[in-house]
Amino acid sequence: MDLRLDVSERDGWAVLAVGGEVDVATAPRLREKLIELVNDGHHQIVVDLGAVEFLDSTGLGVLVGALKRVRTHDGDLALVCTESRVLKIFEITGLTKVFAIHGSVDEAVAAG
Amino acid sequence: MTRSERGTSDHSAATREIVELELPARPDVLALARLVVAGLVSGDPDFTDERLDDLRLAVSEACTNAIEAQQRAAPGRSAPPITVRCWVSAGRAEVEIHDNGTGFDPRALAPHPPVTDPARLDFEGGLGIPLIRLLSDNVEFRPSHSGTIVAMTFEARRARSGQ
Repeated sequence: MDLRLDVSERDGWAVLAVGGEVDVATAPRLREKLIELVNDGHHQIVVDLGAVEFLDSTGLGVLVGALKRVRTHDGDLALVCTESRVLKIFEITGLTKVFAIHGSVDEAVAAG
Repeated sequence: MTRSERGTSDHSAATREIVELELPARPDVLALARLVVAGLVSGDPDFTDERLDDLRLAVSEACTNAIEAQQRAAPGRSAPPITVRCWVSAGRAEVEIHDNGTGFDPRALAPHPPVTDPARLDFEGGLGIPLIRLLSDNVEFRPSHSGTIVAMTFEARRARSGQ
């Protein structure tokens, strides 16, 4: 199944670049990666959804869970999303009010 | 896995193509279900890319629910397949997802706390059915002799967009 996960660091933030399709088949890998980052002490996380071609409710759930997890460590989780097809899913579910959504990783890090 | 039927209710004499997919009840078939249904519907030029995205997501959510229902009823490889049926005519796509699960009452779904409530973060699931309702023009959850049928209708040109 096509899911790409790539971790880098930027100004103290862990940046997780996600690519491909996030559904119930691939979401467990995304969840595990986010848990691993938090367990490794990364509590400021940017999830870059720029290369995501498909995201379903399972993917949204994983991101909600990760946000809760970093918040319990007084951290934060920001999203980078520019694709209208992915942004729309956050908009219609009201989750734009839950997540800070930015146009680029630079913008997300600067806002944090 | 696919077959055609002569449309009986169409005023035109055109053949109504029904695509029927029988898929193993496993998450790794979701990408295929999305591909086939969106591929079929994209043959109708009235459907925009945005509307095809709506369709792709709603079909995926419904198949996810069907697979989970099936796995609950008969875990592992003994789970019978799910069936996806789709047909398109005159700017309208109809998709049915059949499962042999234990049945489902959409009214029993508890609503989430408001998105501005911190308790919203306690809920990772439960967005699939709301998304199906938002993205389709009509959806019915019908009990069948063996499980549940989710029947969704998508108009190529909807008056409202995603709300």
